[in-house]
Amino acid sequence: MVKGERIETKKQDRGWLRIDGEECKGCGLCIEACPPKVIAMSEELNHFGYRTAIFAGAGCTGCGVCFMVCPEPGAITVFRAAVRHVEASGHANAGIEEAISCASN
Amino acid sequence: MPSEAVQEYTVAQGRAKSFYARYARKEELQHQTHYCPGCGHGIIHKMLARAIDELDVQDRTILIGPVGCSVFTYYYFDVGNVQAAHGRAPAVATAMKRSRPGSIVISYQGDGDLSAIGAAEILHAANRGENISVIFVNNAIYSMTGGQVAPTTLIGQKSTTTPEGRRAANEGYPLHVSELLATLEAPVYIERVGLGDNKQIAQATRAIRRAVEDQARGLGFSLVEVLAPCPTIWKMNPVDAQRWVRDVMEKTFPLGVFRDHTKEAALRPASQPAPALDEIPRLLGLAEEDLPTGNGCMLARETNVDLQVRIAGFGGQGVLLLGEVLAEAGLVAGLEVSWLPSYGPEMRSGTSNCHVRLSSQPVDSPLVSVPSVLVAMNEPSLCKFDLTVRRGGWVIYNGDTFPGDCMRDGVHVLALPFTRLADELGDPRAANMVMLGALLEIDGVLPQASIDAALHRLVKNPRWIELDERALARGRELLKDALRRGSLAKEPCAEA
Amino acid sequence: MRKQLMKGNEAIVKSAILAGCRGFYGYPITPASEITEAAALYMPRAGGVFVQAESEVAAINMLYGAAAAGVRAMTASSGPGISLMQEGISYMAGAELPCVVADITRGGPGLGNIGSEQGDYHQVVKGGGHGNYRTIVLAPHSVQEMADLTALAFELADRYRNPVFVLADGFVGQMMEPVEFPQRAIEAPMPAWAVAGTAATRGNLITSLHMGCDDLEAHVLALEAKYKLAEQREACAEEWHAEDAEIVLVGYGIVGRILKAVTAEARANGLPVGLLRPITLYPFPIAHFQHLASRARVFVVVEMSNGQLLEDVRLALNGACPIEFFSRVGGNAPSHDEVLQLVREQALRLIGEERMAHA
Ligand SMILES: Cc1ncc(C[n+]2csc(CCOP(=O)(O)OP(=O)(O)O)c2C)c(N)n1
Ligand code: SF4
Ligand code: SF4
Ligand code: SF4
Repeated sequence: MVKGERIETKKQDRGWLRIDGEECKGCGLCIEACPPKVIAMSEELNHFGYRTAIFAGAGCTGCGVCFMVCPEPGAITVFRAAVRHVEASGHANAGIEEAISCASN
Repeated sequence: MPSEAVQEYTVAQGRAKSFYARYARKEELQHQTHYCPGCGHGIIHKMLARAIDELDVQDRTILIGPVGCSVFTYYYFDVGNVQAAHGRAPAVATAMKRSRPGSIVISYQGDGDLSAIGAAEILHAANRGENISVIFVNNAIYSMTGGQVAPTTLIGQKSTTTPEGRRAANEGYPLHVSELLATLEAPVYIERVGLGDNKQIAQATRAIRRAVEDQARGLGFSLVEVLAPCPTIWKMNPVDAQRWVRDVMEKTFPLGVFRDHTKEAALRPASQPAPALDEIPRLLGLAEEDLPTGNGCMLARETNVDLQVRIAGFGGQGVLLLGEVLAEAGLVAGLEVSWLPSYGPEMRSGTSNCHVRLSSQPVDSPLVSVPSVLVAMNEPSLCKFDLTVRRGGWVIYNGDTFPGDCMRDGVHVLALPFTRLADELGDPRAANMVMLGALLEIDGVLPQASIDAALHRLVKNPRWIELDERALARGRELLKDALRRGSLAKEPCAEA
Repeated sequence: MRKQLMKGNEAIVKSAILAGCRGFYGYPITPASEITEAAALYMPRAGGVFVQAESEVAAINMLYGAAAAGVRAMTASSGPGISLMQEGISYMAGAELPCVVADITRGGPGLGNIGSEQGDYHQVVKGGGHGNYRTIVLAPHSVQEMADLTALAFELADRYRNPVFVLADGFVGQMMEPVEFPQRAIEAPMPAWAVAGTAATRGNLITSLHMGCDDLEAHVLALEAKYKLAEQREACAEEWHAEDAEIVLVGYGIVGRILKAVTAEARANGLPVGLLRPITLYPFPIAHFQHLASRARVFVVVEMSNGQLLEDVRLALNGACPIEFFSRVGGNAPSHDEVLQLVREQALRLIGEERMAHA
């Protein structure tokens, strides 16, 4: 995990997603798992021949479900609003507890 | 501060520290795993890496990979990595954990690996309560080899070796490893989890962390069975495969905790501190005080000895001990010696015999095929070996009368009811020492002190030492009497 | 006096512990069980690990684990158990893990019997497991050598990062002779390649898997280079009255002892007999054979198996000298008289040939 890595955005969402288009194999599990359905499959193939998951760019709650269902270690990185993150224990475990509460399937 | 339009985000979920950033041991495509899209192994790897991170045990972790699709765990985990033979990871883990008790040893295995070829190894590691964590990936099939039936394949499920579907009559029923191992006393924690939906995945994450944590706390054996999708072999898309775990597999393999002794488990006893190196010889019984002393009973150098003895009788008559006392006495007296037993079941019943050599030269062959003395403690032994005795040699026989068909020229015979004579001394079992006394008197070279020393080394019970000493003395007398009376069965003939 | 009367099987364990062995993983079998029993007693005392495994398959894989963790470890068994261990031995050779395996041989094939035989020669010396590998094989013929060669076995195992066998027959395992041990115990160094659950060893990997064809080929060639080095450096044999021998007796283990007695008697009768006793069976002491072949007129191979040693002698002599063969199996040892008789016949034949040559 890239500790302390930060990104900036104009959006006011609780969460933000980054998908590594090289590592993603396009299995679609994250798309199925995401409660607010903010991940979709790309139309284009990446240069390894996979269609890959892409983030809609808004509406992410930062629940982390997509991360846990994804079979690739680093294909997905979930970001959360800094304020909330600092309040949380700092343990990534907090994310998964939340994942259960907002699991929709 | 609502005037701020820019909001900051930090990483909440990302690549675990216990994964390599790039898979340098992989030949190609080093930026992604070798697993198929949607494979359960990748998801489980992430749970394990996360547990290692959270428990802060990365440096201490030894991950043992199986043979199966997850054979390459070492591509991904930045921990100590060991690749084991098919099914043997629990045996490897056993020795690694015992050799390095401070390490965290994780055995990662598939269902073919663990429940078929490695069934014995997992059962016994669990039964010994090894303090290891086992991640058992049950995808109901042999995936790596292309989809053959596994012990965990569902009834009716098709595989390349059950083309019409698994039938109980032919392949038996799906093997419930968690339930089976939960019948054992030793395991601390056994749970079956699934990767069938978000909720199951969350529970699986907790279970895997718990399995590692229990080990870190020193509690003992834990195993987490994970029902995992194999979309490729199942011929399903990844999402359908995930649902199949929940909707179909789970019916055969119910999820749940089958053993949880986490609260009441006692800490496994820490291993004893290793002794200092200089202590080792003494601990092995090799210290100066453990060595036989030849003080006062060493034979003069020029004494020429070549005693070749065969001792035979029923098991329990003390045949081997007789030989051992003789050999030990020879060693104490400064001779070269050897003692070679017949061994095996015949020691328990049946006949028993041993070869003893005492010589002033290095003993070439410890096998005595032509004895100079035969000690026969019963008739079958006499009949078996009497013809081997060399001319001019001796037969000491335990019996009133010497069997006529064993009579032959050129061999001295001392035939006496040694068992009865020993009984008169207090115990018939001392017959072997009476016979040894007679044997020692024949040759006469071994100093009595060497016999005493040998007896004290080999016999610990003082009552027996006292009895044996009397028995030896009696044996010596008996031979002297016989010589005096000239009552030996055959006259010796001149040596060629 | 520094010697103690001891069984060969017990001497192995004491020597191993003195040599720094701190792990024993075994499964009982006659005639090797005393090794496992002695290890159960002494290994924990010395601060080592003893486990009676559920099978020889498990035992050898435990050895794999102990060796991977950087600990000197050993096991002991006999034919049926050694058969089961072949998988693990191949893996250990492939993963370059050192270990010592004592095979106290008994009769085979199958359950055979518990008598002393040498029928495991092929599976141990030629490598009974799969793949291109060898194991170094030491063949003691006395209790003293049981101790000495066990210590050497640990050294060689570490030096070559490879399994090393102590191959002894049931007689040598079961017999007692006076034996002397070094008075100091060794602390085995922790190898840098081990996986020990520490920060320093975190980057290490133990595996026999090499997916790429070129990778595996390079690995196999590296192993082979190691074996070649062992062949140059470690081959060892005892020559006993052999320098001027015209009849060279060949045998290892207990047979070597029997042949010493035969040689002594034959020499006393004026026959030009000597003994060549291989101590390492792999590497096979080829140089000794070639050296003695320059003078010898016949080699007489005696073994307690059906011509298994004979094959290596043939390869070593490569036609340089005629070979006669005598064997007993099933738990029988070749008797002194049987071999002596054979030696006499050979002597007569050689004299006859000489006469013909001079006639
Ligand atoms: C002794 C031995 N027998 C057979 C094989 C071939 N083999 C490799 S993997 C495997 C089955 C693996 O199945 P499983 O443990 O379920 O793992 P998966 O591939 O499903 O993850 C087999 C039979 C082998 N490597 N070694
Ligand atoms: S973090 Fe949650 S909401 Fe955001 S994309 Fe992932 S699953 Fe969807
Ligand atoms: S789960 Fe992972 S691999 Fe699968 S589509 Fe989503 S990002 Fe890609
Ligand atoms: S075959 Fe199955 S178990 Fe193997 S990598 Fe593919 S999906 Fe995973």
